[in-house]
Amino acid sequence: MKRATIHELTAAYTRGETTPSRVTEEYLARIAKLDDKVGAYLTVTADHARAAANASDERYRHGRALGPLDGAPITLKDVFCTRGIRTTCASKILEQFMPPYDATVAERLAKAGAALLGKSNMDEFAMGSSTEHSALKVTRNPWDLSRVPGGSSGGPAAAVAAGLAAGSLGTDTGGSIRQPAAFCGVVGLKPTYGRVSRYGLVAFASSLDHPGPFGSDVTDTALLLGAIAGHDPMDATSIDAPVPDYAAGLERDVRGLRLGVPDEYFIAGMDPEVEGAVRAAIDVLKGLGATLERISLPATPHALATYYVIAPAEASSNLARYDGVKYGLRVPGHDLIDMESRTRAAGFGAEVRRRIMLGTYVLSAGYYDAYYGQAQKVRTLVRRDFDAAFARVDLIVAPTTPNVPFKHGEKADPISMYLNDVLTIPADMSGTPAISVPCGFTASGLPIGLQLIGRALDEATVLRAARAYERATDWHTRHPELS
Amino acid sequence: MTSGSASRRTPEEPQATTVRGESKWDIVIGLEVHAQLTTRTKMFCGCPTTFGAPPNTQTCPVCQGMPGTLPVINRRAIEYGVRTALAFECRVNAACRFARKHYYYPDMPKNFQISQYEEPLAEEGRLEIDLPDGASRTIGIQRLHLEEDVGKLVHEGTLETAQSSLVDFNRAGVPLMETVSKPEIRSPQEAAAYLRAFRAVLVYLGVCDGNMEEGSLRCDANISLKPAGATQLGTKVEIKNMNSFRNVQRALEFEVARQTDALERGERIVQETRLWDADRGYTRSMRSKEFAHDYRYFPEPDLVPLKLDAAWTAGIRAALPELPRARRQRFVADYGVPAYDAALLTQSRALAEYYEAAVREFPQPKLVSNWVMSELLRELPGDDERAIAQAKLTPSRLAGLLRLIDDGTISGKIAKTVFETMVRTGEDAIAIVRREGLTQVADAGALASMVASAIAGNPRAVEDYRKGKTAASKAIVGHVMKASGGRANPALVSRLVEEELEKLTKR
Repeated sequence: MKRATIHELTAAYTRGETTPSRVTEEYLARIAKLDDKVGAYLTVTADHARAAANASDERYRHGRALGPLDGAPITLKDVFCTRGIRTTCASKILEQFMPPYDATVAERLAKAGAALLGKSNMDEFAMGSSTEHSALKVTRNPWDLSRVPGGSSGGPAAAVAAGLAAGSLGTDTGGSIRQPAAFCGVVGLKPTYGRVSRYGLVAFASSLDHPGPFGSDVTDTALLLGAIAGHDPMDATSIDAPVPDYAAGLERDVRGLRLGVPDEYFIAGMDPEVEGAVRAAIDVLKGLGATLERISLPATPHALATYYVIAPAEASSNLARYDGVKYGLRVPGHDLIDMESRTRAAGFGAEVRRRIMLGTYVLSAGYYDAYYGQAQKVRTLVRRDFDAAFARVDLIVAPTTPNVPFKHGEKADPISMYLNDVLTIPADMSGTPAISVPCGFTASGLPIGLQLIGRALDEATVLRAARAYERATDWHTRHPELS
Repeated sequence: MTSGSASRRTPEEPQATTVRGESKWDIVIGLEVHAQLTTRTKMFCGCPTTFGAPPNTQTCPVCQGMPGTLPVINRRAIEYGVRTALAFECRVNAACRFARKHYYYPDMPKNFQISQYEEPLAEEGRLEIDLPDGASRTIGIQRLHLEEDVGKLVHEGTLETAQSSLVDFNRAGVPLMETVSKPEIRSPQEAAAYLRAFRAVLVYLGVCDGNMEEGSLRCDANISLKPAGATQLGTKVEIKNMNSFRNVQRALEFEVARQTDALERGERIVQETRLWDADRGYTRSMRSKEFAHDYRYFPEPDLVPLKLDAAWTAGIRAALPELPRARRQRFVADYGVPAYDAALLTQSRALAEYYEAAVREFPQPKLVSNWVMSELLRELPGDDERAIAQAKLTPSRLAGLLRLIDDGTISGKIAKTVFETMVRTGEDAIAIVRREGLTQVADAGALASMVASAIAGNPRAVEDYRKGKTAASKAIVGHVMKASGGRANPALVSRLVEEELEKLTKR
């Protein structure tokens, strides 16, 4: 199968060179053949995909295609609720959970004509940076099957990288879209907080959860964002602002764009190959006419610790509902409390339990001010850093991760795993949009990601700069060999 | 769990005594009232709030707390909260926040309740209450906030023996307004008066139906005793499970006696929550402070801080109705009705409005009051909006009936029969009177023969009258009235009978 982007596919549908059904069958066949190796999918929804593709065929036949995503074969991270399709969050506690409703983003993609191939793997409840915390499946990095795809959206990133889906949606709470995008050599965008509805996204940390797209190039990513962005009356935190045509301005150049290079994002101990590739990428942007400025985001070193107060606090609250009473796993006990305790002990993995305990502790009486209250203050400082920076520059350029994909089991202790997100967490705390685009490979052939962070609601500039870089390079045209 | 002092106590032991005025102890009571708001839909989703629907039929993924669902604030609930806060003269905060209150209980879908904590909707208000002895007092209101109700557990058999329990989420997510009084209530009687005044205001504002038995209005009390005149408060006890005004008063009276008794024996009061057992008439320990929940409050991240537009709040203030207390005072002043009548007539806004509409058309306030209180209220299922709205007899038609009595067309007795028909059919009084030929017979000629035959038929009464028992004429009048089917004009009959009897006596 020739690898094609969504915009190439839909153009081919329009020209009548192929059909959504034919392409969907090719993807289903590829999943059947290769996903045993990659492990991107938790559930393959062949019937749904075929039905959607058939309807799509009809529309193309009658010249009534719904738009640039009609007939695009995609996958959703298994954190998005899908009506009548099990939604597990890669957790035993929701292993058989069948939502009676669709997440807003799932509904919007379906209305745009996308064909859902299936639900993809993740760290349990989106807690992790390697997808190793999935209670249900191991996902491998398509570039090196001995390595992790990153996380928590490892499944959707690996699926796009391996050609098991043309595009996908993930969520980014501390870096969970951008880090796996960097590790898998694809494009991943975390939009502005509130730009995309969270309704039907199973909450990990409500104030930090950002749904966003993965694409095999910037254009696909922009098209997916255009379909899912916009106000949703079901999400009180969603922003009521017009959604621009993200694809329209993509090809404009970056001449005169002011790029900030933050000192704090080139940290001691980072992989020299990563630093080298990112600095080279920044030079490419400079060569395209952007101006560079050294900037400082002084609160950055505190962001990680702060994140590990706020995110677990919210998680401990959000995950309280999984008690065996209403849905999901129930382990019998001799009374109510015993049933609930046994259910939660058996249903949650070690990392989830760790964060629930951490969060319960920081919210408890007498500790709230010292932890949660203090963390909120630091969060404000992180936001102010970005505000100050964006008064001087239009975009911030930095590495997405300090390291390259690691081997399964390599980061056994939680803290070294948490350090993966040190460069992605700040943009989650401030809610500003950020993208990761492929910017090179290590000598051993592992992908490296360049991160571009923009002003709130200015995804257009982020995408335009990413596209300008992509146009000048060919990293995104490389695909892992899988057979 | 049962504390030592509770297990020693039996229902027969202390009986309540009136402590106020003569006691060595000052009573300090604060009340927390939860009122279900009468919004059509729930606090954070679009489900209906109708009471009594089959279990779990008024639910959706949001109020069932399913994964990924999010709350959206009901604007009408905020409006009701603001309306109430303004009626209690509270300071309505320009911005408020919702917060999550955590505890595990199967009737709570998310295992946290969306409530308000550090930044409530309104603070610092007051409520004027009237006491049975005619005095009045102002009780401070500390705060008013909004939250969501929880579901309901249904146990198979009793809680102690049930092998299984079922949960009904119909009520989960119904808007609740919690109002916390300052600890300024000084007796169980005052607590009951506070609740009555509180309920009346809510019902007037149309924000709550005020039904304690159905749980639309729920009350918890904090009560402590301190040596008379002391400034430092004693240890407080929280009392729950009181489902009527009477039970609130009874429970507090019991608690005053229990605490007095304990303190006078030199015992320490344990800070705890006690449940009122209405059947047995005593409170028993539920949980003590050592087992108190840590609710782990934190700001609800799924909802942005709520900012109230000053103009919107001002609009609600401008639209506030006259409140029951003011209306009661005005009824006494303007209509000259007794305080008792005024209190009864202003119990509900709908009834008061009915009364005033009738008085406008028939300006004899006391007569209208008598008919409304003794006749109308006997015929209606209640005095709330719904009952009054259901009444087929309009205020204007009631006034029409009273006019017919006033101008002598019908007697008061006939009027009651006509009234009964009107209540049933809603017809105009004059139409009924005409159709059924109930007009008073006021024709002296027509009555003369009836008077003559009544006198002829009652020789004993005539004899009595002749002997000077003038009251005997009443018996004759009665016979004439009976013969006329009640339609004879009683004053005219009386005059005619007297005249005839006088003639007989002189003879």
